[in-house]
Amino acid sequence: MSFSPNIVGFACQWCTYAGADLAGNLRCKYPPTVKLIKVPCSGRVKPEYILEALAQGADGVLVGGCHFGDCHYKDGNHKTKNRMDLLKKLIEDMGFDPRRFRLEWISGAEGQKFAQVITEFTEELIALGPNPLKGGKE
Amino acid sequence: MTEKLKVGFLLLGGCAGCEMAVVDLSEKLVDALAHLEVVFWAPTVADVKYNDLEAMEDNFIDVAFIDGMIRLDEHIHMAKVMRKKAKTLIAFGVCAALGGTAGMSSLHTKEELFSKAFKNTPTTDNPDGIYPQAHCLVDGKYNLTLPTYEDKVRTLNQIVDVDYYIGGCPPHHGHVAVAIGALVSRQLPPKGSWITNGKAVCDVCKRNPTRNGFSGRVMVDKVLRMVDGVPDEHICLLQQGYICFGPITQGDCGGSCLTVNTPCRGCGGPIPGNEDYGAQALSSIASILDNEDTTAMLMEKYSNLAKFFYRYALPSGTLPRKM
Repeated sequence: MSFSPNIVGFACQWCTYAGADLAGNLRCKYPPTVKLIKVPCSGRVKPEYILEALAQGADGVLVGGCHFGDCHYKDGNHKTKNRMDLLKKLIEDMGFDPRRFRLEWISGAEGQKFAQVITEFTEELIALGPNPLKGGKE
Repeated sequence: MTEKLKVGFLLLGGCAGCEMAVVDLSEKLVDALAHLEVVFWAPTVADVKYNDLEAMEDNFIDVAFIDGMIRLDEHIHMAKVMRKKAKTLIAFGVCAALGGTAGMSSLHTKEELFSKAFKNTPTTDNPDGIYPQAHCLVDGKYNLTLPTYEDKVRTLNQIVDVDYYIGGCPPHHGHVAVAIGALVSRQLPPKGSWITNGKAVCDVCKRNPTRNGFSGRVMVDKVLRMVDGVPDEHICLLQQGYICFGPITQGDCGGSCLTVNTPCRGCGGPIPGNEDYGAQALSSIASILDNEDTTAMLMEKYSNLAKFFYRYALPSGTLPRKM
């Protein structure tokens, strides 16, 4: 059986989640690999959530927020950027391939981009193989 | 007079610094001994052996303090024995509570650690590359044993139930006095709690910007390490660009490092309501970094973020070891 990665996605309700909605309305095709969790703001995503997802065997984690200047809370995504830059380095220091974690800015008008990001991320994760921690889907 | 409280101390994989903190109580310890009877203190202070503890009846000790992390199979065994013999078990100091600095060894393989410790240090003379073995037969008849090395460092509560936690590396003797006072007067928080004043290091720090008339938000616009200069002794270290974990660390120490111009590195344990110290430290520090360049500067200055943010807490983290 071929490996289908398991992606946990955290999507800001104002931009990326709306973008995912639009991808559906536009009938965009993308692999059914992402489990999307709606959050008020990408700045709300605690590093613990991402570490927990990896610890529980998620093959990849995606955090999606608004483009700079578009944040509903003005500077939430700037905090996301600082936090996730550090986190990506921490994940690498903990022995994971940093490509298992992605931060993307996807607006509510970018349904195509959402589908494209999930497709690319899935292909990259297939090449990387399952999460080294047990529980990664076979 | 009420019966004396029977206490025991057990050192696992630690440096005995926490026990020095008890000795540092000095006169207060003499006063406390009117209410306490030390029935076990090994392997450091009293002339008792492990099998003396094993021979005690269950629940004989009222309060047991365990300091040090779990590194060897012997530690696992002794922690379980102590749990049986003690009514109340305290993880004493940050090693027992969160894993301590030795927890960072979980970022390396056993081979890396052993080759560094027993082969490659300049002062080591070991041409045959001999490592310690769990078993060794001497003269064909004496079978000597050493404890075996576990694959990672564990905290005490990953092995046995722990009733209370005390942070610090070592705990400040002033805080030890408060904790022992609480034990003697039996005024303890609910089981599973930290014995703490519940305040952050910043709360007790003399440099706290709000004490110096500063209002607003502290933003860090540059990152410095201690080798880059000497910080001003009165101004908040974060305001000066020296990364300090005071905002997320319990301040039972009274902010002692800050009084000697040294940033907090989090030995006090996480302030209440936080499970994963390193992740919380990363999150809080990231939110006060001014911009992406500052973040990049931090990553350039500190090459290993796992060792930076999880200095005392890696084994208690969501990811307790290198994958």
